Amino acid sequence: MSGQTLYDKLWQSHVVQQRDDGSALIYIDRQLIHEVTSPQAFEGLRLANRQPWRLDANFAVPDHNVPTEVHERSGGVAGITDPVSRLQVQTLDDNCRDFDILEFEVNDVRQGIVHVVGPEQGVTLPGMTIVCGDSHTSTHGALGAMAQGIGTSDVEHVLATQCLVQQKMKNMLVRVDGQLQTGVTAKDVVLAVIGQIGTAGGTHHAIEFGGEVVRSMSMEGRMTMCNMAIEAGARVGVIAVDDATIEYVRGRPYAPRGELWDQAVAAWRELHSDADAHFDRIVELRGEDIEPQVTWGTSPEMVLPVNGVLPNPATIDDTGRRAATERALHYMGLKSGMSITDIKLDAVFIGSCTNSRIEDLRAAAAVVEGRKVAANVKRALVVPGSGQVKRQAEAEGLDKIFTAAGMEWREPGCSMCLAMNSDKLGEGEHCASTSNRNFEGRQGFGGRTHLVSPAMAAAAAVAGHFVDVRNW
Amino acid sequence: MKSFTVLQGVVAPMDRANVDTDLIIPKQFLKSIQRSGFGPNLFDGLRYLDEGEPGQDCSKRPLNPDFPLNQPRYKGASVLLARENFGCGSSREHAPWALEDFGIHCIIAPSYADIFYNNCFKNGILPIELDAATVDRLFAELYASEGYSEEFEVTVDLANQTIQTPSGETIRFEVDEFRKHCLLNGLDDIGLTLENAEAIRAYEQRWRRESPWLFDSVR
Ligand code: SF4
Repeated sequence: MSGQTLYDKLWQSHVVQQRDDGSALIYIDRQLIHEVTSPQAFEGLRLANRQPWRLDANFAVPDHNVPTEVHERSGGVAGITDPVSRLQVQTLDDNCRDFDILEFEVNDVRQGIVHVVGPEQGVTLPGMTIVCGDSHTSTHGALGAMAQGIGTSDVEHVLATQCLVQQKMKNMLVRVDGQLQTGVTAKDVVLAVIGQIGTAGGTHHAIEFGGEVVRSMSMEGRMTMCNMAIEAGARVGVIAVDDATIEYVRGRPYAPRGELWDQAVAAWRELHSDADAHFDRIVELRGEDIEPQVTWGTSPEMVLPVNGVLPNPATIDDTGRRAATERALHYMGLKSGMSITDIKLDAVFIGSCTNSRIEDLRAAAAVVEGRKVAANVKRALVVPGSGQVKRQAEAEGLDKIFTAAGMEWREPGCSMCLAMNSDKLGEGEHCASTSNRNFEGRQGFGGRTHLVSPAMAAAAAVAGHFVDVRNW
Repeated sequence: MKSFTVLQGVVAPMDRANVDTDLIIPKQFLKSIQRSGFGPNLFDGLRYLDEGEPGQDCSKRPLNPDFPLNQPRYKGASVLLARENFGCGSSREHAPWALEDFGIHCIIAPSYADIFYNNCFKNGILPIELDAATVDRLFAELYASEGYSEEFEVTVDLANQTIQTPSGETIRFEVDEFRKHCLLNGLDDIGLTLENAEAIRAYEQRWRRESPWLFDSVR
């Protein structure tokens, strides 16, 4: 019998009950909760007269709806101008208080995007099963956890039972060997992977990212990779635990200490795929071959190297793909044959659970330092992923670099990643965004999103159009 | 949980691959703390010509005449015929809530995104997976029935796992036994899981002994 993959190990250690039909009852160690996908779950609990199974497994933070504009934010929940958003954030506070669940409220200095806060606070630990009513929960897999997004009914299910009914997924290995070129980052790697396997390429699979490039990546970069596993169709992305993981977790506020720490580390050292583990599918990329990536269309798989040229639908045989390409070009207001570097920008967004950690902000600041945002870029937002990231960035003077360049420095939250608050694109505007989805209307009705790395977004802000950051 | 047994209904086409949940229900409607009322905003960006806001009376908004669900022949559709990777992107259960609220109780597509697929069953919606060639054929038949809706009604029978098409053809589909059982009987799956409370407690005790650092760390 062959060895186990990391995903196999995580799965097996959490099986409460295996069923004949192949499904299993899986124990959940941690549930992360935010304001958008939880109100109906709490309401369901109340209607059925049920109590949470295990309070200390849950942790909540509002992020999707919170204002990021400094003035609006200063009023706390009561200061949120949109009454519908205010009610939703208030409802999270009320539910957490009623059920006695730990929450970092909107103006807690530790507040931030749930997928940034979890790892940063040690709420996310290696070896855990983690769920959240949010598809980018895959992010936490970077710490060697089995983390996945679920719907609201399952949020209620986990609250009430601490379990999930699931079928085990298949195993896919994405191995990136070699070395990245200077200026090429984790974001470019994961976009290149999605470009290669497509947005449904990982469906029914857990993706493990491995290879020399991933091994030498920082934890921030690994989180960026796992964050976008879902954009490749995989609910779960994982990366083996190594020294970098353990050093990252050490000393975090909710991480174990003392003797428990030593025990934990000994267990975490086993969290890697065995050398003879079987993967149902293996995808290989060479680090040297990966160029800075830019999405041109309305799906993350519609991606090209920065020096690429927009596709010509007439040359695509598959009718579905041809129609999708035509529709995307039309929505984006772009023409086939056009160069990526000729795409002019109206807005720039640096933030989101994909790229709003300190390393991301440092990379962006290094590019804009001493320069100005181009005149045609009407708005450039920099939104740190958490209060902690914000303070760290300010301590390093990064906020000053951004504001001197003409960018706005905001309070932490999801912001223009999904534009639930007032941070949104106008109709027809092109935005260089470090987020993860370029779907139609994602950043605002009629808005046009181009997904890029923080360094590429910063360079585009200065140039007013996309440029190859390798030549910066 | 709502049940699903037999459905006879009009089929409407959603002829594009990778339909994401942002498209099914845009983010501005996710601010609601209710589970219902999302139907008027299903496919909001495609269905209407203006930008939708929560709480708005949609009956006065300009409709996009090209969008199938706005066309008389698909009026009252309860089955959606769709393409690959339907429901990709965000985990929002508001997507099946909107479909269900609109009156769509069954989807037929070659493939689905995992989270969306799972969310459907929790809301009485049956997502049927058929091979791409069969879905292609159904699209062709649907488009060929030029007249009004009754010309392309199907009967979906979950117990027997069959779809009957207007041409008299019976197509079999596969569905996971446990999900089928829950959907047919409209079972409360939390109640079902809690029947195993002893097993969960036993697991939890053992897991706490083996991995004590995973317990009581947050509070
Ligand atoms: S930053 Fe964007 S992708 Fe991440 S949790 Fe928030 S809305 Fe979702």
